[in-house]
Amino acid sequence: MSSDQASRTHVTAEQPPAEPAPARRAGAQRRQRAPFRARLRRDWPLLVMVAPGALLLLVFHYLPVLGNVVAFQDYNPYLGDSSLQALLGSPWIGLDNFRDLFADPAFWDALWNTLSITAFQLVFFFPLPIALAIILDSILSRRLRGFVQTVVYLPHFFSWVLVVTFFVQMLGGAGLLAQKLRDAGIQPPDIMTNPDTFIVLVTAESVWKDIGWGTIVFLAALSAIDTNLYEAAAVDGADRWRRLWHITLPGLRPVIVLLLILRLGDALSVGFEQFLLQRDAVGRQAAEVLDTFVYYQSIATGDYGFGAAAGLFKAAVGLVLILAANKFAHVLGERGVYSRS
Amino acid sequence: MTLTVRSGGSRRRPGSGRPAWEEEPGPVAQAGKGVVLTAVVLAVLVPLWVVLVTSLSSRQTINAAGGLVIVPRDIDLSAYRIIFSGGQVSQALLVSTMVTVGGTAFSLVLTVLAAYGLSRPGSLGHRGLLFYFLLTFLVYPGLVPSYLVVTGVGLKNSLWALVLPSAISVFNLVVVRAFFQNIPAELLDSARIDGAGEFRILARIVLPLSKAVIAVVGLFYAVGYWNAWFNALLYIDDNEKFPIQRVLQSFILAGQTPQTSGTTVGALPPTLAIKMAVVVVTVAPIALVYPFVQRHFTRGVIVGAIKG
Repeated sequence: MSSDQASRTHVTAEQPPAEPAPARRAGAQRRQRAPFRARLRRDWPLLVMVAPGALLLLVFHYLPVLGNVVAFQDYNPYLGDSSLQALLGSPWIGLDNFRDLFADPAFWDALWNTLSITAFQLVFFFPLPIALAIILDSILSRRLRGFVQTVVYLPHFFSWVLVVTFFVQMLGGAGLLAQKLRDAGIQPPDIMTNPDTFIVLVTAESVWKDIGWGTIVFLAALSAIDTNLYEAAAVDGADRWRRLWHITLPGLRPVIVLLLILRLGDALSVGFEQFLLQRDAVGRQAAEVLDTFVYYQSIATGDYGFGAAAGLFKAAVGLVLILAANKFAHVLGERGVYSRS
Repeated sequence: MTLTVRSGGSRRRPGSGRPAWEEEPGPVAQAGKGVVLTAVVLAVLVPLWVVLVTSLSSRQTINAAGGLVIVPRDIDLSAYRIIFSGGQVSQALLVSTMVTVGGTAFSLVLTVLAAYGLSRPGSLGHRGLLFYFLLTFLVYPGLVPSYLVVTGVGLKNSLWALVLPSAISVFNLVVVRAFFQNIPAELLDSARIDGAGEFRILARIVLPLSKAVIAVVGLFYAVGYWNAWFNALLYIDDNEKFPIQRVLQSFILAGQTPQTSGTTVGALPPTLAIKMAVVVVTVAPIALVYPFVQRHFTRGVIVGAIKG
């Protein structure tokens, strides 16, 4: 790889990359005018390459998207030999599942829990990777910095089963902390199974898992800020804090806005396995979120139509949220997650 | 959105020392930074250390400590001997290894092919196909229809249920595609003039230039397969086919006793050491492989971390 390429940093979000160089685009347009058969003769290998992935998405993504129609059915999984036969045989009941859903207090509890956790984490989790990235960026020793990064990225790659296991072993009733406190004659606090503090616990788990990983994108943005700005500001007498406020944070602004949009668009998802794993220990009242609600109301009980209705509600609201958040970002003059190209 | 940042010569590199215009940090700031960094590093390392040491401790040491062990007194490998002696844990490790290795290879092939096929704007059907892939970010199926499809195509209780539904990640595809598009077009054009077909260009020119991105995306896939827990809960009923995460969850979080072949657990060594040994073997592959790939996160061109 050339040194030129290595010195670039790409921050890739969930969107197609920027258009290639103009020269290449002009070439592409010229080629586009070739007749269909010539293009097919030229491009068929590309189509063959795309086909397996496209097929897999068709079966395991788009087919289930269509399968959401069971939300409008009194779906009976035992009709016929396959899901398809059951789907064709089950009676259509219009919006009855949604009416039941909105009349179910457990649904509103789950929605409330989900939104509370999202809001809580927006305040107590979201800013932490930014702060850590700024601290990491200020480390002058390359080796120390590399070591800290290696360590703090690691938990991102652990499964939720492992993360919860570590928390149980450290902070649970039979864990290390309780063990040491009991040795010292102190009654250990109930951390892992207390519904009142569950929101703090899940946030702490998320921070432990992802604070390091969250810094990557901010570190990339920090390294792209022109150092001349800092030098000029320092020469003009701006101290460390004013440089942070007037140069660093504005430099991070596009990334912060982008991540906020993604988070808001995903406001109804706070993680699934994390809650499923701890729901029994803490209780439904505090630990039921929309995703676990869907699971327990459908696959665990067999009421598929009702669960699909809850899932469809969540997907529809999520779509509206992400579109609205993106629109809002454009109004603010930011690039947002995607734009019409 | 892709933010392509070109950092010129003015970029500060770590290790190049403090620039002349920057003031020395005060003692309070310096100490505060030290405390924060030490805290985040210890928060990760202490649990790992305690679990590792406990898994290697004998019954006496564990009893003397009253549970988890911080300071190692002796090294006792019997916990590992038991879980590797052909019981449920060995079986689960085998299943997870198969799914991870096979699944990662399968996913990488699909992703690289699709990414290359989608990397040329102006090719036949390019816009439509790209839209088809990217739309998956906005429109996604819920749990219930996915479950109905996977069981409907006959994957219930099959290890394919752990691979096929998650085999292609469009996020990874976008990352690889962005990388491919940054390879100079002249290179590909010259190969084309020399008569190479697309498959040959991909294999001989593009792939050798893309080791960094393949390593990173391969790690993402491998970690995903190794960590698969919920799909196993949904689709796998047969104990013989449980992956390691499913076994770990039932041992530690649901409080069941590990079934080991023949030997009755409880005689020796204590189950705590066995449980911790299961945690260690679940962490080990990740902790051993990831540092080798990590340098590519920073040096290797892509930072596709948002969805992670």
